[in-house]
Amino acid sequence: MWECDRLACRYANATRAALEDVSLRIDEATVTAVLGPNGSGKSTLLRALLGTIAPCVGSVRFKRRTIAAWGRRALAREVGVVTQEESEPFPLTVRELVAMGRYPHLGPWRREAAHDAAAIAAAMERCDVVQFADRGMSTLSGGERQRARIARALAQEPGALVLDEPTASLDIRHEMTIFELLRTLRSTGVTVLLVTHHLNLAARYADRIVLLDNGHVAADGRPDAVVTAPLIGDVYGWAVDVTTYIDGAPQIVPRSGAILR
Amino acid sequence: MRPWVTRLRLPALLLLLGLALVLSVRIGSASLTLRQVLDGIRGIGDPATVTIVRRLRLPRALTAVLVGAALATSGAGFQALVRNPLADPYILGVSGGAALGAVGAVVLGSLTPAPLSIAAAAFVGALAAILLVLRIGLAVGPTLDTRVLLLAGVVVGAFANACILLLLSFADLDAFRSATFWMMGSLSGSSWGGVQALTLYLIPPLLVLVGLARSLNLIAVGEETAAYLGTHVERTKLLVFGAASLLAAAAVAAAGIIGFVGLIVPHAVRLLWGSDHRFLLPASALLGATFLLFADMLARTVAAPTELPLGAVTALIGVPLFVRLLQRKRSP
Repeated sequence: MWECDRLACRYANATRAALEDVSLRIDEATVTAVLGPNGSGKSTLLRALLGTIAPCVGSVRFKRRTIAAWGRRALAREVGVVTQEESEPFPLTVRELVAMGRYPHLGPWRREAAHDAAAIAAAMERCDVVQFADRGMSTLSGGERQRARIARALAQEPGALVLDEPTASLDIRHEMTIFELLRTLRSTGVTVLLVTHHLNLAARYADRIVLLDNGHVAADGRPDAVVTAPLIGDVYGWAVDVTTYIDGAPQIVPRSGAILR
Repeated sequence: MRPWVTRLRLPALLLLLGLALVLSVRIGSASLTLRQVLDGIRGIGDPATVTIVRRLRLPRALTAVLVGAALATSGAGFQALVRNPLADPYILGVSGGAALGAVGAVVLGSLTPAPLSIAAAAFVGALAAILLVLRIGLAVGPTLDTRVLLLAGVVVGAFANACILLLLSFADLDAFRSATFWMMGSLSGSSWGGVQALTLYLIPPLLVLVGLARSLNLIAVGEETAAYLGTHVERTKLLVFGAASLLAAAAVAAAGIIGFVGLIVPHAVRLLWGSDHRFLLPASALLGATFLLFADMLARTVAAPTELPLGAVTALIGVPLFVRLLQRKRSP
C-alpha cells in the first residue's frame, strides 16, 4: 500500500536529519508496528507517509501514486489517522467528534445521509463508545477520549489506519481492546500502521516490526527477527532478556539494576 | 435535543431579531406605535414621524444589526482559528489599528480645514494592522503559526495604543473628547449609505466563513487532525484570518470599538447549543445582531437625552448575562 524509497527528511533549523535512507514497503491488510526510542523518527516517518512533511530526498508512494499528488480530501477518504496531539478547546459531544470522520466524504456542504449515520454508529459500536455518544468529550477519561478518536478514524471507512501511540494513556483492558480491534480490522482487509512503545504487544499483534534508531532503519521484519536481545538492547541502550509467550511471540523483559551487565 | 427543536433554532433566532428590530424602531425619545412605524417605512402619515423612522431609527437599527452580526461572527471565527474561547474580534490588533486611524483623523483633522472621514481612516488603520500582524505571523516560518499570530496581534495593538496616547497628548480638548467618544463606540453616525456599503461589504467574508464551517470544526480540534480529515490547513487559516479580520475592520469603522459582543455571543451559543460551526456561525450572527440592537436601545434611552457609550453598555449587560450562563451550565 505504501512504498518509500531512500527517504530522508530534515526539519528546518535542525542540525541532523530526522530520517535518513529509509526504504519500506507496507503491504495491504497487514499490521505494521514502528518501534524505536524517543526521538528516533517514528512520528516523522508517519508524517512523511501521510504527506504532511515533504521528504528532502527520496519518494513516498501510496497506492502507487506519489503522496504529494494526493489531495488532502482524497487521501482522507483512504486513510484514517489518530494523532498524539489533539484537544477539544470547545464543548463537543462524542457523536459530533466521530461524525467528523465523514467530512472527507461530505465536503463543505453535503448533509449526512443514512449511510453516513450508519458508518458513525458502526464506528462507535466497534470502539465501545455508544454509551457516551451524547456526553461532552471533556467529561470523559483519557481512555474513553482515545476510543472516541479511533471511532472517528473508523467512521472514515478507511482502507488504511495510521495510529501514533494509540494506547499511551490506556489501562490494560482498553489497551488490549484496541490491539484486538486492530487485528480484527486487518482481517477485514484494513492496513494498519502504528507507532507504539509497547514492544511486547507489538511483538504479539504486528505482522511486521520496523525498528528505528536515530532516523535509520535498524531492523525491519517479522517480530521474532527484530525483537532479539542484542538488537533491542543496542537500540534502546538498556539490557533486556527475551522470553517466548505461549503464542510463540518474543517478549521483552528489561533487566533491573541488580542484574544489569 | 429532538430534531424538530434543532431545526427550529435558527428560525427562532431570526424571529427574535425581527422583534428586536421592530422594538428598536418604536422606542426612543418619541415612542411610536407599530402602526406609525409601518406608515413611516412606507412614507405616509405625519412627516416628522416619517423622518424619525426613515432617516434616524431605521438606518441606525440596521447598522446595529450589521455591526452586531459582523462582530459575533468574527469572534467565532477567531476563536476557532486560535483554538481559544477567550479570543475576540480585536485580539489580533484590528481595534488598535482602527483606533489609531480614527484618532489620527480626529486630531489631525482639527488642524486641517476640511474634516477627514473618521470611518475611512479607522478602516485604513484596521487594514494596516491586519497586514502588519499577518506579515509578522509569516515572518517566523512558512506556515501561519497561530501562537505567533496572537503575539503579533498583542504587540501591534500595544504599539497602536502607544501612538494613540502620544497623539492625544498633543490634541486640543475638543479633539480629545471626540476621539475618546469614538473609542467607546456609538451608532449615532449611521446612515443609509453606510447600511448599503456595509451590507455589500459583509456578504463575501460571511459566506467564506460559513463555507469553511466544517474545516473550522476540524481546526478547533487540532491542525494536524484537520489535515488528516481532508482540510488544506494553511489555506483555511489564511481565509479565516482574512474574513474574520475584514468583518471586524468594517464593524469598527462603522461604530467604533464595541467590546464584548464578539466574545460573549459565540460563547453563549456554544454553551447553549454546542460548537458545530455550521450552526454556530449563523446563530452567532443573528444573536449578535439582536444583542447589539438591545444594547443600543438601552444606550439611547436610559439617560436620554444623553447617549451612553455603546461599548460600556454591551459590557454592562454582557458580563452579568455571561456569568449567569456559566452558572446555569455548571449546575446540573
